[in-house]
Amino acid sequence: MLDALKKLFGGSSPSGRSSDVAARRLKFVLLNDRANISPEIMDRIKNDIIHVIARYMDIDTQAMEIRLENDANSVALVANIPVSSMKGHGVKLKKR
Amino acid sequence: MSEVIVITSGKGGVGKTTTTANLGVGLAMQGKKVVLIDTDTGLRNLDLLLGLERRIVYTLVDVVQKRVGYGQALVRHKKYENLFLLPTSQVADKTAIEPEQMLELIQVMRSEFDYILVDCPAGIEQGFQTAVIGADRAIIVTMPEVSAVRDADKIIGRLQAENKDSQLVVNRIRPQMVKDGTMLDMTSIDDILRIPCIGQVPDDEKVVDSANRGIPVVEWEDSEAGQAYRNIVRRICGEEVPFQTFETDGWFTRLRKKLFKH
Repeated sequence: MLDALKKLFGGSSPSGRSSDVAARRLKFVLLNDRANISPEIMDRIKNDIIHVIARYMDIDTQAMEIRLENDANSVALVANIPVSSMKGHGVKLKKR
Repeated sequence: MSEVIVITSGKGGVGKTTTTANLGVGLAMQGKKVVLIDTDTGLRNLDLLLGLERRIVYTLVDVVQKRVGYGQALVRHKKYENLFLLPTSQVADKTAIEPEQMLELIQVMRSEFDYILVDCPAGIEQGFQTAVIGADRAIIVTMPEVSAVRDADKIIGRLQAENKDSQLVVNRIRPQMVKDGTMLDMTSIDDILRIPCIGQVPDDEKVVDSANRGIPVVEWEDSEAGQAYRNIVRRICGEEVPFQTFETDGWFTRLRKKLFKH
């Protein structure tokens, strides 16, 4: 009976809806879980990027790096690709 | 035409084996010829839920290691003569069966059965690979809890990588908690996992009672969970069946629960 009274007048556990909290937390954690790409896949992405960019410019493949960055609500693929020289004529591209 | 369905979840304790037993009996009740393969080597329980634990002579491990043919290891159900169990070993471990051996066995068994249901162990190690390899499609069992949903997502990713069609069963739903907003609802789970749902099973005390007796609850007319399993069976067979709405507590029960927590 004491327990019942405690519950009526607010016990130690939080009250109210928690299903929305669960859904929000799950969405965040799954975003990160799903972005957890294996090193082999990461290597393949890196090679594909090199392949595409090499058509337009010479890049320093040794110094380039790509990684996934997580913040509170999003996951971003971040690439840092040092350009050593541009290729061809008439292609105007900005160096970073 | 035979169909091979793996029942999997990632997380343990969400009801894979219960689901396998109920779907197996349910399909047999529809007149299908069914075999249930337990791949939870070392931790077998499908035999217990079907009431067949005292009739096991040979196991899946004996079959894949070619000591006996699969026919010798099959245990026929007492009540449904078109339902069979292929039990696994309780002493060997998951490495006793190579995925390729399982694939070969399933290819052979296809010609004899309408449905082959494979009960997968928890986890994502070799036991999972073995259970999944021969399947045409997967049923992923989860519960409306954060840990079970997260693990289901991991399994869904693995199955998609292997191009397996996947469908979801959400087990042990507590309608009153969903109504109160203290349990994930189906809309949220659909939104998070994004695979088709083939079943919603309410939490039902009769499931424990039925396990005690070795009689799957799908046979029990008066059980809500049993009704949910019968609906899944019809959906597996290609019927369109609307989802049930579950009963929630009336005002008196709610008041009583609030006053007398037990």
